[in-house]
Amino acid sequence: MTHHLVVRVIAKMLIPFIMLFALYVQFHGDFGPGGGFQAGVIFASAFILYALVFGVETAREVAPDWVVRTGIALGGLIYGGTGVVSLFKDGNYLDYSVLKADPVAGQHIGILVIELGVGITVASVMTAIFFAFAGRQRRG
Amino acid sequence: MAVTVFMVVRLHNLFAVVMLGGIYSLLAAALLVVLDAVDVAFTEAAVGAGISTVLALGALSLTTSQEKEPSRRPFYTFVVLFVVAITGAALIFGSLDMPVIGDPTAPIHGHVADVYLSEGPVATGVPNVVTAVLASYRGFDTLGETMVVFTAGIGVLLTFASVQAGRKREDEAGEEEGEE
Repeated sequence: MTHHLVVRVIAKMLIPFIMLFALYVQFHGDFGPGGGFQAGVIFASAFILYALVFGVETAREVAPDWVVRTGIALGGLIYGGTGVVSLFKDGNYLDYSVLKADPVAGQHIGILVIELGVGITVASVMTAIFFAFAGRQRRG
Repeated sequence: MAVTVFMVVRLHNLFAVVMLGGIYSLLAAALLVVLDAVDVAFTEAAVGAGISTVLALGALSLTTSQEKEPSRRPFYTFVVLFVVAITGAALIFGSLDMPVIGDPTAPIHGHVADVYLSEGPVATGVPNVVTAVLASYRGFDTLGETMVVFTAGIGVLLTFASVQAGRKREDEAGEEEGEE
């Protein structure tokens, strides 16, 4: 699709806003609808749009394989690590109330952190699956 | 929605089927908004109408966009019809006992829902009850879901990696033969 001028220009204009919207959904998920799952998918769709318009190889330069693969594991580690941190702070596993002196603030921080973990994993997995599909050549 | 499903069954052009699948997801998202389930509608629109359509198109570009002729053996047709009829009858039988949508005395509203609604925002400081339940009360479930996504990603990567490694080996073997 590299020769479609309109598509390229519009995509270039849209991608930052898609990413911004993903971040909004990510960090505003506790006030409005949204959260890690949705944000991760939206963030990945920005990459997919980029890959569709500018080619998969260009997109791979923006998000190299090692970044995507690290992200897949990192999100899960953040989520699980939050639980371990609350264990070290004399709470139950994934009990966010002990993360701070004020239980409500602790809950808030815990929810934000694990949603971030969910978002990173979902975004990386979606991008990785798309790259895996699109990077494969059809057998000639 | 019923029209889209009917079209999906009737059409043999898989490209059109994928597009109709996206339309179906979008309609489902609209239905969920009507039911006040904005979070779920959001997910349905993003995942169902967005990502899975793109992935299905990617799969189509690797394979073919025309459906194969199904086998017309009468025995299979009978077995499939039997299984579908039994499953459908069981589902309809199960739905007979369901309370009316929005019934406040439904069993689901009797246990923890009230507690979540009244105490959730206070105890977690998060106004969106869905997020509070998802991330805090049901933190283990969400951890499990994240791990499911993680496992799915690893699985796809491994499948494609092994396919590519096998092809590379074949190519190298072919080149060596060519050199000889």
